[in-house]
Amino acid sequence: MSGGWWNEAARRFGADKVAVAAALAVLVLVLLALLGGALNPNDAQALDWSRIATAPALAHAHWFGTDRLGRDLFVRTLAGARLSLSIGLVATAVSVGIGVSYGAVAGYCGGRIDQLMMRLIETLSGLPLIFFVIFLTVIVGNSLLLLFAAIGAVGWLTMARIVRGLTLSIRQKEYIEAARAGGLTASRIVLRHVVPNLLGPVIVYATLTIPQVVLFESFLSFLGLGVQEPRASLGTLIAEGAAEMESAAWMLLIPGAFLTLLLLSLNLVGDGLRDALDESAHVR
Amino acid sequence: MMRYFAARLAWALPTLFAILTLTFFLVRTAPGGPFDEERALPPDIRRNLDAAYGLDQPLWVQFGHYLARVAHGDFGPSFKYRDFSVTELIAQGFPISAGLGISAMALALVGGIAAGTFAALRRREAGDRLAMAAAVLGITVPTFVLLPFLALVFGVYLKWLPVAGWEPGSLRYFVLPVLALALPPLAVISRLTRASMIEVLDSDYVRTARAKGLSPAAVIWRHALPPALIPVAGYLAPALAAIMTGSLVVESIAGLPGIGRYLVQGALNRDYTLVLGMVVVYSTLLILMGLIVDLIFALLDPRVRFRA
Repeated sequence: MSGGWWNEAARRFGADKVAVAAALAVLVLVLLALLGGALNPNDAQALDWSRIATAPALAHAHWFGTDRLGRDLFVRTLAGARLSLSIGLVATAVSVGIGVSYGAVAGYCGGRIDQLMMRLIETLSGLPLIFFVIFLTVIVGNSLLLLFAAIGAVGWLTMARIVRGLTLSIRQKEYIEAARAGGLTASRIVLRHVVPNLLGPVIVYATLTIPQVVLFESFLSFLGLGVQEPRASLGTLIAEGAAEMESAAWMLLIPGAFLTLLLLSLNLVGDGLRDALDESAHVR
Repeated sequence: MMRYFAARLAWALPTLFAILTLTFFLVRTAPGGPFDEERALPPDIRRNLDAAYGLDQPLWVQFGHYLARVAHGDFGPSFKYRDFSVTELIAQGFPISAGLGISAMALALVGGIAAGTFAALRRREAGDRLAMAAAVLGITVPTFVLLPFLALVFGVYLKWLPVAGWEPGSLRYFVLPVLALALPPLAVISRLTRASMIEVLDSDYVRTARAKGLSPAAVIWRHALPPALIPVAGYLAPALAAIMTGSLVVESIAGLPGIGRYLVQGALNRDYTLVLGMVVVYSTLLILMGLIVDLIFALLDPRVRFRA
């Protein structure tokens, strides 16, 4: 996997207008989420009793309006996006870590070990995992770290499958045989020669995992089983907004639009990366 | 074919048992109990409640009793809905959830296949582009954003349909929930149908069918559609899972008293028996429906049908 291959992929990605636009959108949304409070004088938790449930307007400092308690919705939406995104990143990292090591070991060992490991994955994917995550969140309660881990631990199955399939084919390559003939240990071959060659597909699938995790976290938070008050996540904001929509539609529309835009652009970037890397794979 | 099916069934039973065991112990080791309220109960009453529900016995004894009762279809009394047994709640909620799920699945299939075929026949024209852009959006918008949004537009602003709620026998309350539940899988099915339909339309046998003078409708219905639907059949199981997961939020938002809402309420209230009953029902349904869907898939695809 030479530098030329990556350059080729980058060129293809750059030529894909939808993907580039989506990447820019992701950049803007992430920057907004990171800057958050710095853009606006309001605090995410501060209550403004003089303006309770006010509609968005530029005349006062509450650009996106306020909620039932007079908290600024602009700052809260961005704070929620920051939390949702960080959960997305950490949980994706967890699922990439587990998925890649599990898949690489299964694919490299092959034979009976591979069969056993894949049987376990089959069983786990047959289970309605969402209910287990609901349980875990009930048990774990307010610990965000465990929420990250729980979602990530559920998301690794597909990654492991993809990595295992690729490893099976990489195992047959001459350079692996050369490494084996050179007397390298199995763990060193997997780490130094197998895993680096998995990078492209892993990046693609990881990009596509982030929106899935963000969606899942928002889903749980929406039901009241994820992030808890007074913290805001996009899911809890949407739940509050849905309860108030008859009198204050902006409380639903603003976090809802933000989440949809975030998921849409992340998915389009993932699709663009997949196309770019796939095409380059054919050229290679 | 039958052997394959029997093997799948034999695998499903231990899976169900594993689910039952895992959820039972997970819920029981969770902090907080069903009688934790703002004001602590007097110790005597607390002891009597624990004894009445069998909570004072060792965990494994409770588990044994639970398994024996589940085997008889008895999920025990609900902790929160005091006058109901879990079995009664499930029996009450199941027809609503099943009606919701089946309507959503039917709408997703019919709508998705129609939209996908339409887009494939007008490849690269405006109609195709529009349909596929809508599909990308449909896949992305989460159900819990879509349903409140639909309720806002059609319920609050246009006042065509009720915002939420439920009345026995009235279908008006079902329209928006079914729509919200069906749209995401509908979008996926339309994309799958379009992709495979385009491939099939370019194949030699479709060209032959056209060359021998069949009407366009006959070519599509008789020759193109059946093979084009094989990828859709493969997506049925994930679609089913998506609809069942979606029903958790849809029932909660729309206030439909189905089993999805009971599951969410049960989890929030730490209603042990209710959550366990719901998970057993949901898992059984998911596993059984997965089996049925696999069977349909096998029947549709001659390559699978004749292999075994």
